[in-house]
Amino acid sequence: MADIKALNEQVVQVRRDILRMVHKVNSGHPGGSLGCTEFFVALYNEIMDLKEGFDMDGIGEDLFFLSNGHISPVFYSVLARRGYFPVEELSTFRLIDSRLQGHPTTHEGLPGVRIASGSLGQGMSVAIGAALAKKLNDDRHLVYSLHGDGELQEGQNWEAIMYAAGNKVDNLIATIDRNGQQIDGGTEDVLPLGDVAEKFKVFGWDVLEIENGNDLQQVIDGLKEAKKRTGHGKPVCVVMTTEMGNGVDFMMHTHAWHGKAPSDEQLEVALSQNPETLGDY
Amino acid sequence: MTKYIDQGKQDTRSGYGAGMTELGRTNPNVVALCADLVGSLKIQTFIDENPERFFQVGIAEANMMGIAAGLTIGGKIPFTGTFANFSTGRVYDQIRQSIAYSDKNVKICASHAGITLGEDGATHQILEDIGLMKMLPGMTVINPCDFNQTKAATLAIAEHHGPVYLRFGRPKVANFTPVDQKFEIGKALLLNEGSDVTIIATGHLVWQSLLAAETLENQGISCEVVNIHTIKPLDEKAILDSVKKTGCVVTAEEHNFLGGLGESVARTLAMHHPAPQEFVATQDTFGESGTPDQLMDKYGLNNKAIEAAVLKVMKRK
Repeated sequence: MADIKALNEQVVQVRRDILRMVHKVNSGHPGGSLGCTEFFVALYNEIMDLKEGFDMDGIGEDLFFLSNGHISPVFYSVLARRGYFPVEELSTFRLIDSRLQGHPTTHEGLPGVRIASGSLGQGMSVAIGAALAKKLNDDRHLVYSLHGDGELQEGQNWEAIMYAAGNKVDNLIATIDRNGQQIDGGTEDVLPLGDVAEKFKVFGWDVLEIENGNDLQQVIDGLKEAKKRTGHGKPVCVVMTTEMGNGVDFMMHTHAWHGKAPSDEQLEVALSQNPETLGDY
Repeated sequence: MTKYIDQGKQDTRSGYGAGMTELGRTNPNVVALCADLVGSLKIQTFIDENPERFFQVGIAEANMMGIAAGLTIGGKIPFTGTFANFSTGRVYDQIRQSIAYSDKNVKICASHAGITLGEDGATHQILEDIGLMKMLPGMTVINPCDFNQTKAATLAIAEHHGPVYLRFGRPKVANFTPVDQKFEIGKALLLNEGSDVTIIATGHLVWQSLLAAETLENQGISCEVVNIHTIKPLDEKAILDSVKKTGCVVTAEEHNFLGGLGESVARTLAMHHPAPQEFVATQDTFGESGTPDQLMDKYGLNNKAIEAAVLKVMKRK
């Protein structure tokens, strides 16, 4: 059984990391990062089978690909707190000469990152490729990916969705962050996505839903169920409903914090709602 | 003048297919992807012999580039196959982010490059692909000249770590390079020594340059002919050594004069040894339907165009 209390403490600490990172450089994407904090903490601490250390090929372990690279703050924080690189390095986010680029990259050699992302819609194809390599290598580990819901407006996703089902890429679990928001407004106002789960189903995926992606136990249970469904001839899609800006009251229920950093005063309020648990970087 | 014998006309894409057949037998990490153009890319033998290492992605080139990037994670060496237009312009951002910036060991293999694609017309005749690809940091760009060299290049890029753009064509052309010639990425080949002018050519224009050099020699003009199969990294030393000797240069390529081999040579000369240069290339235009020979003639991409360019550049010395 997962130690939910300890994991929840990490969730709160990761939120603090996200807020402090984007505040320091007055740029970055806190909203989506906060919405996916529980997902990342669950994935890296409870779900994935990971080796010690990092090598690019990742043979003999589960892999994760972040397609919506703009939520790099949550990715970096969880990687650091999982031990991929020193937590102190989070203070270099988006600064010159940093390995923590605005969007994730392999180019600066940051452990834990296996693909550059940020230009949207490319991650599912990459995850499929990595899953196919695992099959060729007879490596029975899984490939996980995360995608923004707005990102599904990119056509490449639908090429990938069609391919994965048609070719039975059943060692892949693609999670969709269904927060309903994108930069210009609600997804259903900007370009309606409709029923995301149904779309994946008719494309031939095995789909399950996590109703509250900000409830750690629900996320863990949902991802464990997703794992069980792998290996049965279908790629697995998890449609996870989250609240953008979760954990900071004034960042929730709006798309306003998609790509905006808090002011000094706003940071103070936000941090007061998330008291330090594991120690700030 | 050094004599080159056409061993029998063949298409360079079949050189790619032959190279893939050999790689399928010798390198278990090589995998092939194709976007619904298996016949055009001549990889049926590879597929027949290694069905588990072939991925038919359908008419979905963006997805193909991403899958290729992912396959490298786990040690595979993916070779993607489609026409040059769909290998580059259509998927530029996928190549830029998921392959080049991510430093993935993907070989982007592009058939039907240039105007010799012929009758399908300008929608399919990309004349900008060398420029697009050479601008990407870390990308190696190769445009071999005949069947034998394309096969050798296909084998060589499997041994090279890093993203590669390998460009070849559709029509049957002279096959004249030695069958066992080793392919060294980034190393120019001096095909003929001369003293009056340097002709630097790539791809289908290499044979045309040899034809032109022979005609010009009969007129008393001594042509040095250099085969630049690797446009990036460019063999600057070979270019400078030759132009220092001859004092002028003609570049010849089946590509727009903007962004192609000619511009790379011009940059090298401007930096180290300014010299008159003429560009045998398309002049910032799209192509059109026609037979390959008709098009090469109309767009000034054959031996006659090279001869005229040589006469012109020598007057500028």
